[in-house]
Formats: sequence, structure tokens, C-alpha cells
Amino acid sequence: MTYAATQVYAPTPSVPGELKVIQDATCTFCGCVCDDIELTVKDDHIIEAKRACVLGKAWFLNHSIEDRPSCMVDGKPATLEQGYDRAAEILTHGKYPIVYGLSDSPCEAQRVAVSIVDWIKGTIDTTTSVCHGPSGMAFQGVGEVTCSLGEVANRGDLIMFWGSNPAESHPRHFTKYSLMPKGMFLPNGRKDRTCVLVDVRKTKSAKAADIFIQIKPKRDFEALWTLRALAKGIELDPDLVQRETGVEFSVWTDLMDRMKACKFGVIFFGMGLTMTRGKHANSEAILALTRDMNEHTRFVAKPNRGHGNVTGADNVVSWRTGYPFGVNHSRGYPRFNPGEYTTSDTLANREADCGMTIACDPMANFSQPAREHLASIPFIALDTKETPTTRVAAVAFTVATYGINTGGTVYRMDDVPIPLRPAFPSPHPSDYDVLTEIEKRVKKILGVTHV
Amino acid sequence: MLETFILIPGRTTDQGCGVSEGKFKAKYQTAVNSLQVAPGDMERLGLSEGDRVRLTGEEGQSVEVCITAAKKEELPEGLLFIAYGDISSQLMTGDTHGSGMPTSKGMEVTMELLQKATS
Amino acid sequence: MTSSDYIKISQGLVYDPLHGIDGEVRDIWILDGRIIDPPTDLAIRPSRTIDASGLVVMPGGIDMHCHIAGPKVNVARKMRPEEKRRGEQMPRTDITHSGSLGSVPSTFATGYKYAAMGYTTAFDAAIPPLGARHAHEEFEDTPCIDKGFYVLMGNNHYVMQSLMKKEPQKLKAFIGWLLASTKGFAPKLVNPGGVEVWKSKRAGNVSGLDTLVDHFDVTPRQIIKGVAQAAAELGLPHPVHIHCNNLGMPGNWETTLETMRALEGHRGHITHIQFHSYGGGAGDENTFNSKAIQLAEYVNANPNITIDVGQVLFGETTSMTGDGPLGYFLSKVYGGKWFSSDTEMESGCGITPIKYRNKSLVHSLQWAIGLEWYLLVKDPWRVVMSTDHPNGGSFLAYPQIIRFLMDRTYRRDILKTCPPEILQRSSLWDIDREYTLNEIAIITRAGPAKILGLKNKGHLGAGADADITIYTPHENKEIMFEMPRVVIKSGRIIVEQGEIRETLIGKTLHVQPNYDQAVESDIQEWFEKYYSIRWRNYPVDLSYLVESCVIPTL
Repeated sequence: MTYAATQVYAPTPSVPGELKVIQDATCTFCGCVCDDIELTVKDDHIIEAKRACVLGKAWFLNHSIEDRPSCMVDGKPATLEQGYDRAAEILTHGKYPIVYGLSDSPCEAQRVAVSIVDWIKGTIDTTTSVCHGPSGMAFQGVGEVTCSLGEVANRGDLIMFWGSNPAESHPRHFTKYSLMPKGMFLPNGRKDRTCVLVDVRKTKSAKAADIFIQIKPKRDFEALWTLRALAKGIELDPDLVQRETGVEFSVWTDLMDRMKACKFGVIFFGMGLTMTRGKHANSEAILALTRDMNEHTRFVAKPNRGHGNVTGADNVVSWRTGYPFGVNHSRGYPRFNPGEYTTSDTLANREADCGMTIACDPMANFSQPAREHLASIPFIALDTKETPTTRVAAVAFTVATYGINTGGTVYRMDDVPIPLRPAFPSPHPSDYDVLTEIEKRVKKILGVTHV
Repeated sequence: MLETFILIPGRTTDQGCGVSEGKFKAKYQTAVNSLQVAPGDMERLGLSEGDRVRLTGEEGQSVEVCITAAKKEELPEGLLFIAYGDISSQLMTGDTHGSGMPTSKGMEVTMELLQKATS
Repeated sequence: MTSSDYIKISQGLVYDPLHGIDGEVRDIWILDGRIIDPPTDLAIRPSRTIDASGLVVMPGGIDMHCHIAGPKVNVARKMRPEEKRRGEQMPRTDITHSGSLGSVPSTFATGYKYAAMGYTTAFDAAIPPLGARHAHEEFEDTPCIDKGFYVLMGNNHYVMQSLMKKEPQKLKAFIGWLLASTKGFAPKLVNPGGVEVWKSKRAGNVSGLDTLVDHFDVTPRQIIKGVAQAAAELGLPHPVHIHCNNLGMPGNWETTLETMRALEGHRGHITHIQFHSYGGGAGDENTFNSKAIQLAEYVNANPNITIDVGQVLFGETTSMTGDGPLGYFLSKVYGGKWFSSDTEMESGCGITPIKYRNKSLVHSLQWAIGLEWYLLVKDPWRVVMSTDHPNGGSFLAYPQIIRFLMDRTYRRDILKTCPPEILQRSSLWDIDREYTLNEIAIITRAGPAKILGLKNKGHLGAGADADITIYTPHENKEIMFEMPRVVIKSGRIIVEQGEIRETLIGKTLHVQPNYDQAVESDIQEWFEKYYSIRWRNYPVDLSYLVESCVIPTL
């Protein structure tokens, strides 16, 4: 198994004191995956990241060489070999091993992680399950009408945001893709577009919008269903709509008129739908609405994916197992069930008895019952920095940062695959290196001879 | 009878930048440990900037956190906002309703004053 | 086994149509992954001998049109968890990964299943250039077979722009550049012009070859002719590969005829032609009938044209196509979930679950028309077996199709289960012809190899890749072809009696035509205006192809 692409565009060592410039570098902090960043590198620091947004700059400028051991076992420095051995032992001795995370790893490393899970008959889940997993479930129900981001820039004249705050989560979204670009069919850029923002609070993104609609919290489903009814010409009781959604009926009818009249409508949606009451039902409502709108005009929907390569994780897990996340291999073959095999559940229900977290921080982001259980089982953590998760891991690897030290492939939020152009090498191993070594040992222990 | 609020955790710029700087450093820690309250609610409840409050969720899970005033137009009354982090995680329950996703936004919480801010 | 080890397949009944060998008892010798002439030095002994007495020996199968990798295939996998829950599962072994099946198998499962069925090469039919990198990643996880893909060009903005500006030299250079950048194999046209119209308006499409495409002011006819000519001038081993406009519509046979005429004598391959062979009135199911006879007459008379059939099998499957408006249309016919994605500057796609029922007159006609095609084209070298997997059915149905072709009783038995009206609309009942094993070897191996320009595949002569399938003869040809006794890939025994013995990565086959590199600056200027990624991040580096082989131009 040789995933050669990690070596494509390998970083060149820096000449001490000299500046080096990397063109067309890819930022992987959020799902925008901007590949037009110009990095200025001095020794082992990035000192400038031209065109990067505030989040991207923080990403590039704060990742240099971590002054930590590459490997810690039980909280003490250890050699990498000791770490690999111990990791393989942990993963092959449990009855219900889980592997979680992957959204900030390149595809080449993700593929090794899926391999390991296959050999140990474990469960693999990605951060999708606590991000747009519900949207993935909705898509399995109704499908999705969508497009690539360049198509939004070229044609989208009505841009809606629902439960998403790009000003703070995807700062270049408006300028690079959705509002400002002078598109092939929208030569006047912003002037050719109308922007509508729907949210429960007036976020910083509202400044970019022409129309802001503040809905009642936890009533997104009702609001979307109202729009579906209007799209289909079904009569509604205006007072009921107002009470349920917190928004006057005329606001919805006006919005639907605009939606029907546009040439190419786009709805971006975010955690405001997936994380609140309704979850996948909310996502399903917005995907169904988009589909319904295609009876009137061209209309697409796009989930705003949060992390640099969570879309890659969806793709890798899907092509190798047939399912996007929450995939269990206890019977030797892949089975899929959100709510059962997803990590919030395998931890909160105390089912996992060992595991590995890769490029994620469940000890910061998961519920209390899940965190308590994770802290009580042996697991391996791979991360570029010290986090609450690495602090309680039995084996913690400090890994090189993808897109900064190591190369590989990532998928932008619209499934476009993009290569990384790393800036400077790191003495720490990459995710790919660590996982490959662990896989070797796992195979040896289990008698797997697959090449 | 404590009033019920709806808590909205979310991404903020400082929290996002703080992740890159390091979760044990100041920027991240400040961002995720600061609860935004609508000015109208603060006034009505006699709360001030920096007061320490207890939030209690529907299943009894509770946290202590300091408050800050939201910008007037940004947060409607009845809502609370905090950047994703340990505090918001503590208020999530283990139930994902068969979806894999715990309820992470729109949690109903009560809020009570614990300690006035020392000026 | 070292590379100086000889393998001998002894005394098999060899079918090697390229060399005129039709069921003769012969030995086949292999060295270093290739077939060699039997050594003249009698002291040389094979380190392994496969006793093939009484067994049928053929080159490995070649599927020249299937959907097995890349963006839309992966969406379809994700979209259909319900299909995979029941039925056959694929657990991992010590030498193979686990996988999932259904109509869109996962990547490892795809490779293993093709291999177990005796197929050693497969071509994905439709990859958008922006997704080429994705296809290569999936190929690396599709073991045991050699593979390649066709690159979507029929709705590409630069293609249409060059045609509009009457700049055939730029078009030609662009096609060369695009194939080199994507590491693809051939130019693919899917509903040329039609997908661009779909992107720009509600339910948009073209209605015929002379509809003007909005904004570009070119017609499908111009796209077809222009790309066909450019492909010929570039010396591409496989010519323009065409999914005609109006797929599935009653009366569309005329569009197909016009498409073939639009080639103006250039080589062209019309794909899944079954879906494009319908007579009848627009949208009127009651007049739906077969025009395979009329179209086959044209194909028979015009040797520049080759076809693959796109056979429909009864049962549930998934339709996935680069034809965006078609996906929309099918989703409304079937009422199921619908995925559609428009890729900037390049292409579209549509996916929806479908089901072919033998009690439906239209579906049973589609099934019958496919079989008519195989039986009506006189020259087996110009008709290739395909199901347009998974659109007509799974590639796993090829053994069943072979049985239909070799056993007229079996196909008539199935016809009897269809609505009786079918006898008025299709000529299948009256066709007596039964395929010989030699002809099967042509339409599943030797023919596609020739049509693709693969000089080292599809035959068993010296120099060929040692991709060989050995079958146990059986009267029921479906049983015979379902489970080969032995499958050899690149000189290694990878399957025995349906079980994988060894896996390997398989080579990616691609072309590197010479093109006028001076045009690249014009292409770059166009690219940088409206694409959402950077020019330098678009081409796929050769290192994404772990093992590869450049197929030379003609």
C-alpha cells in the first residue's frame, strides 16, 4: 500500500534565515479550503499568509514545530516505536474499538485509518456525526440538488444562508464564492445578487445581507415547511405561521416570491439546522424545499462544512465502506447506523472499550457522559497540539500539521479535491506515518497478510 | 421561579483563532468561558458585566460561567450565546435521538446569579 | 515466485479471436506478467502448470463502459444505505478488505467482484475534470483490475467557446491538454450542450442536434463533429465516446441517427445505444417501440462506428449519469430521491433509484431492444457488451446476458413473461441467431480491446498482458461465466473458483497525446477568469497513479 500522493509537493527544508515563498498553498482551517494562499516562510515559521482570512492567518501563523515529544505513553515521553507497539496492543485487545475524528487529516491518512478499523473489526466515525451528519442522513432520504462553488459564483443571484454564520465560521465565503465574485453570468458581482440571512439571532453575517429574518429558536422546521407549502401553492393560516415561526406570514410570502423569481437560487445551511431540535428533519426540510424549487427555477443547496477535510473523510469512508460515517465492522463487514455506531453514542452509552482519536478533540466538544467514558478507556490520540483529549490519552502522538508540514489531498466543502502545498518540514511524524506504523503492527498481531 | 432561556452555542472568530493558538491559552479560554446575555435581560434581572451565574439544563446538568453583555441588536431577549467549548459541552446530554448528534443548540436552561462581579 | 518463473496453462480450449483461434487446444506460456511464445529451449520448465484440459481459456474480460469511481459514483454509494442492509455482505479476510455491495459496490468490492467474474480491465465512463483527482484516489482503492476513465467534455465551456469562435486548433490543443492534466483516456460527450442548458434554466435541455446552446451559440452537432475531428487528429487510441442527446425519449432514434451522421465519417463510439433506439411519439408511451433494426442497418453500413449496448436487466438499480436533466426527468418518473450536481465550467450529474419491471411494457421493450442490438449487428468486433453499470443493471449480470445471447429458448422464455404487446413492438422473438463462444470472446474481450486501442489486451498472443480467464464449460452459460475456475492478472493467479487468492493494485491506463503547448496560455487565461480553484492545483500529478501505463496514440 503506497499512497504516493502524500509526497506530492513535499515541503522543502528552509535555509536558515532566508525567506521562502509558497504560492497556491491550501488553507484547511474551514471548509472553504482556499487554495490561493501565498505563504512566506522563515526557518520553521510562517510569518505571512497573504489572502488568508483571520482564521486562516491564525492557523498558519500558530503552527510551527511543537516543542513536545512526538510520543507520550501514559503521560511520559516515549519512543515512537514504543507508542506504535502500545497503540497496536490497545486496538487489538478491545472488543469494541472505535476510531473517531479524521476531519483534519489528508485523505491518504484517512484511508489508513479505515484500513485499521477493517482489520480490528472496529467502528469508524468522523466529526461529520456531530456536524453535518444529520444533513447526510437527510440526503439519504430525499437526495440533494447542488453544485460546485464556482457555479455559485457564476450564476447564483439569490443567496440564502440558514442557520449559518459565515462571517465568523467561513470568513472568505462571501468574497470568494457567494456574494462578491463577478461571475460569468453576474458581471456586476454583489449588485447582481440579493442576500437573505435566516437565523435565531442577528449574527455578524447579517451585515452582509439585504434581508435578515429572525426566526423563533427551534422552529426552523416549521419555517422551512411554510416555505415548502408556499412553493407548492398550499394555503396556510397566516396567524398559525406567525405564532409558530415568530415571523409575519407576509415575510415568508415575500421571500418565496423572490425565490421563485430568481434565476439561480442557492441556500447555504449550517449547524443552526443540524444541532437543534429536529436535526436531520431540519436538513431534510431544506433539501426537500430546494428540490421543490426546481419546479420553478434553478435552485441548489449546500451545507457549509466546518473543517478542512471533513468532506474528504466522508468521501474516503464512503468509497471504502459504502457508508459515510458511523460505520461498524464487528461482524467483519460494514454496517451503518447513526445513533448506534456514531461516537457520541458509543461513548455516552459506554459501549466502546478502547479507541483512537485522530485530528479531533472530543474531550473539549462532547457531552459529559461521553467525555467521562472516554477518559476511562485506553485510547490513542493524534493531534498537532496539546488538547484536553491528548492529556487523557494512553498514547499521545504529536503529529506534523497537514498543509503546513505534510502534503496530501483534501476535499473542499463542495467535494472538489485539492492538493496541499506544505511550507516547511517537521521532525514530528505525520498522521499518515503514525497510522501506517500502527497498521503494520495490527496486521502482524491479527495475522493479516493483505499487501 | 427561575426563568428559562434558550442557549445557543456557536463558532466565533476568537474561538476559531484560539483553537489554532492552543486551547490552553488565553484567547480560547476567554472565548469559551464567556456567556453573552441580551442587555435587556441583564437589566431586567439586575445582572452586570462579569457576574457569575449558574446555568442548569433540563436533565439537571449545570455549569458556572461569567456573563458579558451582547451587542444590543445581535442577541434577542430570551436567548443566551456562548462560543463552543467546555461550558457548552457540559450542557449537552448524551441523548442523540437516534441521529448521532447530541442537541448542541437550543438547549433550555435556567439562569441564576451566583456571585456579583468584583469591580 | 521470481520474475524468471514461467507459468504454463496447459491444453486448454483457447479462444483468441484476434489471432483466429476458435476453441483450439493449445498451451499458453507466461513470463514476467506477459504472455510469451512457448520457449524453444526445451530445457525450460514452468514453475507452475495449470492443467486446463477440458477448460475454456480466454483473455480477461474488458468492461469498457461502467460507473465505478469518482464523485457521482461515491454520492450514489452514500445515497443508498438501504440497498446494502439485506442480501450478500462482503466480510474481510486476511488478504482482502471488507466492502458493501448493492447496485453501487464500494471500491474494494468492485475490484474483487470484477476479478472473481474474470474481468481484468474496466473503464469508468464519465469523470468531470475537476473530479479527476478523486477518480484516481478511488482507482487506487479498486484492486485487481487495470482501469482508466473517459473525461467529460461535451458541456465544457472552453470546448464550446472554441467551437463558437471557430478555432479548431485551440479545441484540439485543449483536448490534448485536458487529457494530459486529468490523466484520462478519451473524450466523453454526455448530452452535448444539453447539460449547459439545464444549468441555465428550469428543466432546461436541448431537443435535438441543431438546438442552439444559450450563451455559447453552438449546437450539439457542432460539438460532436468538432470533438470527433480533434480526437482523430490527436491520434487518440479511443475516439469520441458519445452518450447521445434525448436519452430515453420515445422517438429518440432519429437523434441517434443524426449523431452518427454528424461524425461525418470520423471514428465515433455510441454508448449504451439501447437507451437511444426508441421509436414512437414524444412522451407517448403507447407508441414506444424498437428502432434497433433501422439503427443497426446504419451501423452495419458504416465501419467508423462502434457501439456498446447498455443492456437493461429486470430488477432494482441506481441510475447515475452526467446527464443532469435526464436525472431530473427520471426522478419525476420514479418519484424517488434525486441528487443533482452542476460542476462549474464542465458538466453536471443526476442520480436516482430506478427499477425495471418485466410487467412494464416500456421496461421489457428496453430489455428486448438491448438483446436485439447484439443480435442485429453483423460484425461482432463493433458491438460491445455493457449494462452501463449500474444504469441498466449491475456488471454482475454479464453472465446472464451471455446466456441470453447463446440460448434463444431462454430469451424467448423470458419474453413470454413480458406483456404480450411486446411482440408487436420488438423483433426479438423472431431472431434465431445464437452467439458462439468465439463471438462472446469478441464482444467481451477482443472487440473492446481493439476499440480502445489496447494492443496488449484482449488477446493471448506474445506480448499481451497476462490477463487470462479460465472457465469450466457448462451448458448453462450463465453458470459457466459466473464463476471462472482461475483468473490470472498480470501473470499472477488472483482468483481460484470465485475466491481471491492474491490482490494487486492494477495499472491506470491513460494517454499523453502531443498537443500545441503554445495554446496553454490561452487556456490558462480562460481558466483563471471563472474557475474557483487555482490553475496549478487543477492538473493531477503522475504520483497519484501508483502504477500506470501510457497507451500510445495512433
